[in-house]
Amino acid sequence: MIELSHIEKRFGDNLVLNDISLGFREGSVTALVGPSGGGKSTLLRCINLLEIPTTGRVQVGETALEFAPDVKPAASAIQSLRRQTGMVFQNFQLFPHRTAIENVMESLVVVLRQPKEQARAHAMALLEKVGMAHKADAWPATLSGGQQQRVAIARALAPSPRVLLCDEPTSALDPELAGEVVEVLSQLAREGTTMVIATHDLRLASTTAEEAIFLEAGVVVEKGPARKLFSAPERERTKRFVATLVQSRGEQAGSGI
Amino acid sequence: MPHWLQLMLDSLGPLLLAGLKFTIPLTLLSFAFGLTLGLVVALIRLFGPRPLAALVRFYVWVFRGTPLLVQLFLIFYGLPSVGIVLDAFPAALIGFTLNIGAYSSEIVRAAISSIAKGQWEASFSIGMTWTQTMRRTILPQASRVAVPPLSNTFIALVKDTSLAAAITVPELFQAAQRIVATTYEPLILYVEAALIYLVMSSVLSSLQARLEKRLNRYGGFMEARA
Repeated sequence: MIELSHIEKRFGDNLVLNDISLGFREGSVTALVGPSGGGKSTLLRCINLLEIPTTGRVQVGETALEFAPDVKPAASAIQSLRRQTGMVFQNFQLFPHRTAIENVMESLVVVLRQPKEQARAHAMALLEKVGMAHKADAWPATLSGGQQQRVAIARALAPSPRVLLCDEPTSALDPELAGEVVEVLSQLAREGTTMVIATHDLRLASTTAEEAIFLEAGVVVEKGPARKLFSAPERERTKRFVATLVQSRGEQAGSGI
Repeated sequence: MPHWLQLMLDSLGPLLLAGLKFTIPLTLLSFAFGLTLGLVVALIRLFGPRPLAALVRFYVWVFRGTPLLVQLFLIFYGLPSVGIVLDAFPAALIGFTLNIGAYSSEIVRAAISSIAKGQWEASFSIGMTWTQTMRRTILPQASRVAVPPLSNTFIALVKDTSLAAAITVPELFQAAQRIVATTYEPLILYVEAALIYLVMSSVLSSLQARLEKRLNRYGGFMEARA
């Protein structure tokens, strides 16, 4: 459903993604893992075009866009591809001047031009789904991090995207609050939401993803079923990295949190 | 009744009338036009094509770097030499608008830049266009940042309109000067004029406080002490 072909992304002379070709099936959940600076975020952001790939081709659903150096794609083309996607950010990025439900309604009212009542009903249903209906009229500043992230997930789902992109959705949260978010995301996974999740959170990756991709220095080092990649990785490099994830998880558990 | 009080009461009518007919319209109009100009200039400087951005930078440089009084004289007394003759009020309005435009553009620019990049990205990620993002996400948040410094500019403007007296606009201060010319009571009349300006700026300050409170209602900021 998502096809990335020969994606290359440079920031100046810095090659961040090097000839990446990947496919993501409809209904699949894929974890992107790898060290910081390895290109996970950039890869996600190349799918919804918050970053424009230097070269390559991105297809989401039936909409595709080809990229070449120094050719600026039309805003309308970016828009139509981007509207197939939703994104959840590491630091939530709720609109602070709008209440929880207004955050979720925003795309429905402004982008899809739905009548307010219809948008409100849809937004309320989404807030219920993420367990935040009781805080519909709260300002984001009054919510905990986990609550904010759950509202942000509802906001991302509002325009019914074909894929939900999650950029380190639990990294800014302590393990307990991260648990709330993991629960919501794994519920979405069970319901068949297509997701690509960049994460360091082994609990998140192992409870939601069936596919995993290990990305380092802008190249795909290893990919395969998540279970296999996390328990019996083929590459030595993947082994070492997964070991550090397991260790840091053990430390968290050991500290009694 | 003491003489000074009598004189103040007698001149209150003409002073308030001058304020109502000239000071307040001049203030409100030049602030409205100036702020609009400032927003356009700020957007050009932040997002416009380079040559245009350089041009508006030049404008800001000139109007922030020269005295307001000189600007007014240039427009009213200077421009007729090149065939542009303006009445006093429009000349003052143009001068103040250009001046406010230059100052407020810097405030608006800083306020827009202060909004985190993530807010743009969050808006884009739910399908909003650049314009929708600007209107619905960035400007509402930027306005919270911009209101205190813009209020400063506004209050300064109310008082600066007295400079228009120098280019023959019969506003409040000029009305006071005219009464002084017949009564020879500069102390009383200028104190009275000063008091009227003080009342006007106090009204603006309290409006500012109410506006700030409204813009801060969504929380997440230091509570201002009353």
